[in-house]
Amino acid sequence: MSVLTGKELRIVGFLCNWCSYGGADTAGVARATQPTDLRIIRVPCSGRVNPLFPLKALLSGADGVLVSGCHPRDCHYSAGNFYARRRLELLKEFLPIIGINPDRFEYTWVSASEGQRWQQVVTAFTDRIHKLGPAPRFKDAEPIYDLPGALTSLVRPLDCGGNPALDELKQQIRDALADGHLHCVVGWQQGYDPIHATPLHMRKPEDVDRLIWGPFNIHSTANMITQLIKEAQDAAMVGVKRGDPIPPAKKVGVVVKGCDSKGLVELLQEKLIDRNAVEIFAMGCNGTVSTDRILAKIGNTAARVSAVSGKGDTLTVTADGTEYTMSMNDIAQDKCRACKMPSAKVYDHFAGEPVTVAEDAVPEPAAIMAYLDSLTLDQRMGFWKGQMERCIRCHACRNACPMCVCREVCVADSREPHWVTQDDTVTNKFFFQLIHALHLAGRCTGCGECNRACPVGIPVGALKMQTGRIVQRLFDGYQPGTDADAIPPFLGYEVEEKNIPEHHIERA
Amino acid sequence: MTICFLATEGLVPWLAKLAQNYRVFAPRREGKAIIFRPWKEGDKAPVPLKATVAPKGVMFPACETLVSYKTTKDPQQLDKVSLTLKAPVKAEPTVLFGCRSCDARGFVALDKAYLGGKFKDPYYEARRNATLIITHTCDNPTPTCFCTWVNGGPASPEGSDVLMTAVQGGYVLEGISQKGNDLLAGSGLPDGSDKLNEARALRTEAAKRVTPRKDLSKAAERLKARFTDMDFWIAQTAKCLSCGACTFMCPTCQCFNITDEGDPASEQGGQRLRSWDYCMSPMFTREASGHNPRMVKAARMRNRVSHKYWYSTEYSPDGRFSCTGCGRCIAQCPVSLDIREIVVKAIEE
Ligand code: SF4
Ligand code: SF4
Ligand code: SF4
Ligand code: SF4
Repeated sequence: MSVLTGKELRIVGFLCNWCSYGGADTAGVARATQPTDLRIIRVPCSGRVNPLFPLKALLSGADGVLVSGCHPRDCHYSAGNFYARRRLELLKEFLPIIGINPDRFEYTWVSASEGQRWQQVVTAFTDRIHKLGPAPRFKDAEPIYDLPGALTSLVRPLDCGGNPALDELKQQIRDALADGHLHCVVGWQQGYDPIHATPLHMRKPEDVDRLIWGPFNIHSTANMITQLIKEAQDAAMVGVKRGDPIPPAKKVGVVVKGCDSKGLVELLQEKLIDRNAVEIFAMGCNGTVSTDRILAKIGNTAARVSAVSGKGDTLTVTADGTEYTMSMNDIAQDKCRACKMPSAKVYDHFAGEPVTVAEDAVPEPAAIMAYLDSLTLDQRMGFWKGQMERCIRCHACRNACPMCVCREVCVADSREPHWVTQDDTVTNKFFFQLIHALHLAGRCTGCGECNRACPVGIPVGALKMQTGRIVQRLFDGYQPGTDADAIPPFLGYEVEEKNIPEHHIERA
Repeated sequence: MTICFLATEGLVPWLAKLAQNYRVFAPRREGKAIIFRPWKEGDKAPVPLKATVAPKGVMFPACETLVSYKTTKDPQQLDKVSLTLKAPVKAEPTVLFGCRSCDARGFVALDKAYLGGKFKDPYYEARRNATLIITHTCDNPTPTCFCTWVNGGPASPEGSDVLMTAVQGGYVLEGISQKGNDLLAGSGLPDGSDKLNEARALRTEAAKRVTPRKDLSKAAERLKARFTDMDFWIAQTAKCLSCGACTFMCPTCQCFNITDEGDPASEQGGQRLRSWDYCMSPMFTREASGHNPRMVKAARMRNRVSHKYWYSTEYSPDGRFSCTGCGRCIAQCPVSLDIREIVVKAIEE
């Protein structure tokens, strides 16, 4: 295959300066014949290859992307390729969920002296891409607008009857607020109608009266924690003059369900918050609901709900003068159906008894993942195209995410680097979702807030779930946010990776 | 005034007829959302519900090219570069079908920004003139609707060319503007005058189902007094996530950003894009120096609320609010923040 045949494909190569670029040079000096499709970008180290580089290339029309660096244990910077290996394996296994054939992406290792190996690598990879042919494009995909409505089974019985320990919890918070060491405590109160709760910031003991606990406490309280810690620090600095000692800031209190606590633990794992800056009030969670599912049960999205009451598994909703009863099995949020950690493990106060789920209970895979798995690659591309068409770029998905701590300096808003433009094409909008998903790899606790926050119901959480599945497989069932002492997988490496093969191109 | 009757089964054929001469936008269901999309012959009947996102994009798209530009080097003299500019103002004849009264009134608020004053926005103006609005009067106000609080109502004709009301067996179509009357007169649809009373009765019923009205006549004055009450704004805003959901959904939010994208020397050239921007974002007012006059989200929320219930009453000749009470910013807010609550509290407390 060469330019002469007029049949070149677009293949992009990211080669590290110290090994593979040298290897390519060696092959050139030795006049080894090679296909000419590859366009090389020289990078200082394979560790510099942000997985978004290959992804951007693939989304922008590349038919194949190859990354090559120094052999493991041979990195010029000691460990760059160890980090690269984890990230690039993640990327490779991520691609199918967005409808890109993972064979279009490869990473491998070639040293500066291995001219011959370089020749083999390029030839094999180019052959592989030619067998696959030009890559399918988002613009040509047949859009799919529908979403699967299937409900998965509950991993344990859920309950909407409230928690008898609520008074105990309230007292704990009142006492702590009265003591004066807290900036505020975040919880929930009733919102504009009985099926909508809204976050509550308690600053005075009497604010605690409004605190509620139950199936409508859907918002993550971990979400605002970094902002509130900053607020508390700023408040402590009021009136402090230059040269004065910096006074300690008050702690930020937060009421957590199991899933909220995972967000806090992940922030602790990443040292994004200090354990002493937060005071955690926990209680066992019996599941939360999807308001959309409630309205669907009532059969009217405009239903005016005047009262709700829960008893065991049954929720009774009074809407427009009629009583509707529904079971948690029909209205629970997806994440709660699979939740195995309904009680926080890291806390300062726990009200009542922790709720537990049998250790060996196996949750059914999320409906959206089962659905995506059932589609062909082309259909998956069409699925994301159809869904992302209605994205309005409000970034509620990002701002609702407890792990998205960049917020005001997010790359989505940056001109330098210019990852996304203001153009509202599907690929441009989708690229932001891919950034979010890859930035969440090994960090997403599965709180589902991105899905819930999306005003137009795009299941963007599925992209993060895909990273979650990969992380579990590669790192022996690792679950973000469950162990405050664990090192997040993409902040570390093993010299010998147990589940990542070393020389990928050979599997071509 | 032309009044026609359109039988239920005649709706799709009528839309198909319209689609021959117009680009038709109508609401359809996508997942849990209801979205305005181009309607083509062969499509199903539009969903008769309020759309998740207001149809303002039909006049003011989420992103549009204002100018495209391209540089070309003179091959004889490489330092000589010529620039070509294109600023196409195109607007195809369009029918916006099935929006609600709060959506149609939204355009009246947008007109103030884009057509009022000395400079008219040619892009908006072209689309506005080329668009006919057929409003489906609202028969199921949601708990977040409050159009009657802001001087509208589920059947307010303001901003609409035709009002359409569902009655037994079909729809009563009522011409409001000249454009709307002309459309109906040429439609070949039977007269519907005998059904107008039925339609009116149904509208009155619907209006009664809107959340009971609160008096907002003191809103502007009280918000003005509250401008420096930062404690109030901080308390009201604590739960806000600073996302763009409320403003992007809103039929009256009108702010945009302008950026240059692409490389003028490339094959595709460069484009100057106008895209929606939102005052709830910290980036909205951040200056090149890094200084941000609205550093905290409370100051940004104050801007959004004050713009809608105070500033607009000063700059609009008729003193109108730039909120039509559609309730989207409440229903779609990820933390269920309620703008009604803020305004009412600002008045009361
Ligand atoms: S995921 Fe678990 S802890 Fe979170 S709301 Fe659902 S049941 Fe409760
Ligand atoms: S929340 Fe939904 S509409 Fe908003 S940016 Fe995210 S995916 Fe797009
Ligand atoms: S009010 Fe709600 S929708 Fe608006 S920016 Fe705040 S969180 Fe987002
Ligand atoms: S401010 Fe809210 S209620 Fe008012 S028009 Fe905008 S979205 Fe609708």
